[in-house]
Amino acid sequence: MILPVLQVKGYSKHFYLHEQNKLIPSSHNVSFTVNAGALTALVGPTGVGKSSVLKGIYRSYLPSAGRILYRDAMGHELDLALASEHKILELRRREIGFVTQFLHCLPRQATLDVVAQPLLALGVARQEAHQRAAGLLSAMNLPERLWSVSPATFSGGERQRVNLARGLIAKPRLLLLDEPTASLDPKTTDIVIGLIEGLKAEGTAILAVFHHPETIRRLADEVVELAPPPAVEAPLKAIA
Amino acid sequence: MNKILEVRNLSKIYGPGCPQCLESTGPEADTNLCPHCGSVVAIHDVSFDLFAGEVLGVMGESGSGKSTVVKILYFDQTPASGEAIFYDRNRQYELFALNAAQQRWLRNHRFGMVYQNPHLGLNFNITAGGNIAERLLVSGLMDYGTIRARAKALLARTEVLLSRVDDLPKHFSGGMQQRVQIAKALATQPPLLFLDEVTTGLDLSVQARILDLILEIQQELKTAMIVVTHDLGVIRLLTSRAIVMRYGRVIESGLTDQILEDPQHAYTQQLVASAL
Repeated sequence: MILPVLQVKGYSKHFYLHEQNKLIPSSHNVSFTVNAGALTALVGPTGVGKSSVLKGIYRSYLPSAGRILYRDAMGHELDLALASEHKILELRRREIGFVTQFLHCLPRQATLDVVAQPLLALGVARQEAHQRAAGLLSAMNLPERLWSVSPATFSGGERQRVNLARGLIAKPRLLLLDEPTASLDPKTTDIVIGLIEGLKAEGTAILAVFHHPETIRRLADEVVELAPPPAVEAPLKAIA
Repeated sequence: MNKILEVRNLSKIYGPGCPQCLESTGPEADTNLCPHCGSVVAIHDVSFDLFAGEVLGVMGESGSGKSTVVKILYFDQTPASGEAIFYDRNRQYELFALNAAQQRWLRNHRFGMVYQNPHLGLNFNITAGGNIAERLLVSGLMDYGTIRARAKALLARTEVLLSRVDDLPKHFSGGMQQRVQIAKALATQPPLLFLDEVTTGLDLSVQARILDLILEIQQELKTAMIVVTHDLGVIRLLTSRAIVMRYGRVIESGLTDQILEDPQHAYTQQLVASAL
């Protein structure tokens, strides 16, 4: 039997705002698995805590409850909710990729360097890293004249392609995708879907939030419907 | 990854100190000034680890004790209690158990410091090149030609015009003074560098170029750094982990993106919410 790469059991996340003495619930009691070479899609209405599941796995958020069992490349299982900060940083560098909704990158850095960065961090030589970055950017139809400038002035769709290219380039074992095709035109979306299918074929386990039902239909091997947190009504009314 | 520095329970009190100092100060007491004896609890019970090649941020407002931490580690000040172990090439040094000569040796060879105030890091009576030569001399380099060549290479690397090698630091702009300080700190290729509010008070464009330089150097040399700053932008740009200080205590520590996106402590939430 092949063991899943990721098993999330009873994940919950809420935020406590000290200033207003308020509890803001986000994800509630979420459980699912993600297998190698397969894509699990998280679905549900806005505010149901889809992104917060991804951020909890990446540890940009501290999970409030639940277990996030990850099986690493060596076959060891560990709970990402409890892993040390250094362990998380190492996994981010070597195994777990995250394409967030918005491109966060160092300012004043050329697009080619932004995309090549995950490879450079793994010790790949600059020239080879740049070649692979260029290959990915041209596959995504990002005009070559943009490669040497910073993405700061790019359109939403251009930034999203840079973000995706950076997330895909190192071929992570586990890839987290947060609406990666939201601002792409249909033709570019098709290209991106092709690239994601390619990663799946190479064995990457993918957990994704997609905007379009059509994308889910084409890519998802499993669909997990998130339920809104039960306590969401009261505190939100209290804020209003 | 290897640990390069282990800091445990570091404390520093200015003043006579009394048995009530610790319970009467800190974030809950909302002060670092002991109301009973008038002592200032600059830092108390500060602990953290630093790994080789890692950049750790120390954030907090003025008076939170963040600069005191690095000044103690660089031997500018002595702690009241606590310990720090520096791991270097199969050796380990218990920093506060060393004698003055051993501490000076580490400062000159294995540590580097860049201060907010260039007057602390540079000798203003000698030239930019002379400042770097001074550090190379105390690290044991004796040949004039070699020293001169190294000094020039370092200044070129930190983008100081070579035509100004023989100028006095007082004739330099603030940004240039910081570049000379960085060149001086890097002269002995230390594995550990302390940066204390290095961009505070500089023009935004100058800040950006200094930060770019620090990033490039970090990527090239994989120097471990402790970056002290109140600027969340600097924390986000340079560090992978951070600790947050308030009234001398560490109130929160974590991955930098987690601290900025999901701050846990009331004060950190306030700090992040008030960032521009």
